[in-house]
Amino acid sequence: MADRAARGQAHLWVVQRITAMILALAVLVHLITIITAVRGGLSAREILARTQGSEVWLLFYVLFALAAGLHGAIGLRNIAAETLGWRGRGLDFCWLGLGLLTAAFGIRAAFGLYA
Amino acid sequence: MEQLKVSVWRGEDAGGFARYDVPARDNQTVLDVVTHIQRELDPSLAYRFACRVGMCGSCAMTVNGRARWTCRTHVRKVVGADGALELRPLANLPVIRDLAADLAPFFDKWQRAQGFFQPKDAPDGAVPDEFAVVAPGSKARREADAGIECIGCAVCYASCDVVAWNGDYLGPAALNRAWTLVNDARDGARGERLDAVAGDAGCHSCHSTRSCTERCPKQIDPSGAIAGLKRTLFWESLLGGKRHG
Amino acid sequence: MDFRARSHPSWIGFAVHRVSGLLLALFLPLHFWALGSAIQGEARLDGFLRWTENPLVKAAETALVILLAAHLAGGLRVMALEFLGWGRAQKDLVALSFGLSLLVGLVFLFNVF
Repeated sequence: MADRAARGQAHLWVVQRITAMILALAVLVHLITIITAVRGGLSAREILARTQGSEVWLLFYVLFALAAGLHGAIGLRNIAAETLGWRGRGLDFCWLGLGLLTAAFGIRAAFGLYA
Repeated sequence: MEQLKVSVWRGEDAGGFARYDVPARDNQTVLDVVTHIQRELDPSLAYRFACRVGMCGSCAMTVNGRARWTCRTHVRKVVGADGALELRPLANLPVIRDLAADLAPFFDKWQRAQGFFQPKDAPDGAVPDEFAVVAPGSKARREADAGIECIGCAVCYASCDVVAWNGDYLGPAALNRAWTLVNDARDGARGERLDAVAGDAGCHSCHSTRSCTERCPKQIDPSGAIAGLKRTLFWESLLGGKRHG
Repeated sequence: MDFRARSHPSWIGFAVHRVSGLLLALFLPLHFWALGSAIQGEARLDGFLRWTENPLVKAAETALVILLAAHLAGGLRVMALEFLGWGRAQKDLVALSFGLSLLVGLVFLFNVF
């Protein structure tokens, strides 16, 4: 059996790729939304008319924020390990925590758009 | 151009370049240049070669910044307009002296990646009773065939950034060898091998810069092999496939 | 770092992916925090959006859109190799991903100004 550390690292890679697949679709939607929304200037009314009370957009943004938070944190972990030499299981959990915290801020914003 | 201006690394990890002028010839390999220096100019120069025909994998060096097999590299293909050649030992390995790098860590990692055949039917090394039937056109066999011509020259290992960033990283050659064995129907250590190549020291650290594939003198694609290991581990860990046996 | 060994398409693709990823990961918490604070009713959000009318902010937004598109396209390239085994198409995919991200940036520029 692979040792526990190696298995944990492999799991982080799997999370990175699964969130990447979610993000591939979500970022595409995000880019299209951005480009159409900025036409003629952004207005709060326009944005909130789209999102307020819409469970579909809420679900989209919650999932998007969760995937982006985790994906970014794992990416930062890899960069920190390779350029600064920050490695270890304890640090991995810190990165995951940071990713979830970032996601929580995004989810707060998503609820703001919904309510 | 009548003289090549050759800068050669002298010393160990701490060292410096020495300059030699070597007569340019119409047909001349980088190894010919090194041999000329050692025989005619400075017999104390240390370097390594054996077959001179691209089979043994012992003469690789860093030529003008890139890792290459020197016996099959023509000077005219790599030399600068001013006749400058810069020769260093392979990167990412300890330097024994001058142009000779110590390949021990490279081969140790082949062992750690379980890069050796473990017969399925005869784990004790005995000759199996029956021949294994391997369809040459099968997908697994073609994957294995694509990677088995490796000569162990360590050009890929010296070209890999991840090796430089993570001293534990097994490297392209060892992972490529593991991938050929994962695809070998006669091998009995598939599960242990997949475990050995998982995680940060294994395939999951690869960022697909593809310098290994770009530089391999045998046109092997270690980057593709590493991707294959990731793919296999992904689906088998997700679906809980039969790893052992 | 010796670029003589690294001047090939996949390595450049990697470098763009790493730099764009790093910048986006650093921007993400800022983005979420700013949005979460701004979305407290229409008036407050409009105040925040008026700030984004600043040409400097628009230029920064364009850069972010290009980074995001580049990271998306570069990520698809990596996953095409990892999950589909598209090894030989890598050089074309790098070129395609750069072209696409610039195109997205241009379309954004035309719409935002």
